Amino acid sequence: MNPSHDLRVLVVLPAWNEAAAIAAVLEEVATTLPSMDVLVVNDGSTDSTSAVARATGHATVLDLPLNLGVGGAMRAGYKYALRQRYDVAVQLDADGQHDPAAVPRLLAALNDGDADLVIGARFAGTGTYVVAGPRRWAMRLLSSSLSRIVGTRLTDTTSGFKASGRRAIELFARDYPAEYLGDTVEALVIAARAGLNVTQVGVEMRERAAGTPSHNPFKAAVYLGRAVLALAVALTRPISRRGA
Amino acid sequence: MSGYWFALTVAIVVAVLLMVLLRQRRLREKYAATWLVLAVFVVVIGAFPDLVAWLARVVGVETPSNLLFAGALVILLGVCVHLSVEATTLEEETRTLAEELALLRADVDKLSSAASVPAAPAPVPPAAPEA
Repeated sequence: MNPSHDLRVLVVLPAWNEAAAIAAVLEEVATTLPSMDVLVVNDGSTDSTSAVARATGHATVLDLPLNLGVGGAMRAGYKYALRQRYDVAVQLDADGQHDPAAVPRLLAALNDGDADLVIGARFAGTGTYVVAGPRRWAMRLLSSSLSRIVGTRLTDTTSGFKASGRRAIELFARDYPAEYLGDTVEALVIAARAGLNVTQVGVEMRERAAGTPSHNPFKAAVYLGRAVLALAVALTRPISRRGA
Repeated sequence: MSGYWFALTVAIVVAVLLMVLLRQRRLREKYAATWLVLAVFVVVIGAFPDLVAWLARVVGVETPSNLLFAGALVILLGVCVHLSVEATTLEEETRTLAEELALLRADVDKLSSAASVPAAPAPVPPAAPEA
């Protein structure tokens, strides 16, 4: 099974202070996906993320001089993909939560389904990733609203595991929000409103290779509020026409 | 009567301060314009307090000073919103510059290694953004 036969695929890893995890992740990507180029976008890390990533010899490193957030790092990644004429850009977390072995399935969905954007979804029947409380309600609400907007059933709209085809790369290189949740929720709305086809593929989610996730009830409530705000803003935003 | 001179003096001092800042290029005209217009406005009102009383009657505000306070609040709110908009624009510009810089640096790295220049040491981790 080799759907990426003649496609030039770039794996983009936005990394902020991931020095502890990134070497292992890059090793795994290089072993699992030997035919793909890898780009680490060092999002203004204050640790040795950039040097560690370079030392593995498996990746090109893009050093942002200041911290822009995941959305900011990804727009830089999409710009790189656009200028280097890649056909597909795959976003993968630098902390090892995303299994690179699932990438070929995302690419297959991109080719077969005539899709422009494929999301690796955590709640699509594969894996045992569990979220509880307000955070879960927020994710549910987002999923049902976004499914309607996008026109396909989406179960995990806050997943950072995504494969973007050429049209999506062109769009995201120009317009990719740096706001909180902008890189996931609002990006989907932008894609849908630009007429891109969005689908999802079930993936398994793993534990973080290093670092601790930040979950507590208060944060979850804030997350819900910000999610709703992000969605409302994204939906009422005028469609950007610049550089079209 | 001393209140009258006090207010007038403050308005004039502010106007002069703005001019000085402008001349030193410490304040750009597009921001200073708002303040200068306001300062002139305040000087005029300070010089002719009856203007406010007249305006309050026209608008239907009982106490003239309340009209002044309400007006000042609205104007200051407008200025704050304007500054937030400017800050957002600046952030977007900074973001674009950061992206371009990173892309250029990657290009330079590639070129210099292709030219088989003795391998450059790994770049110093980016410094913290300057205040």
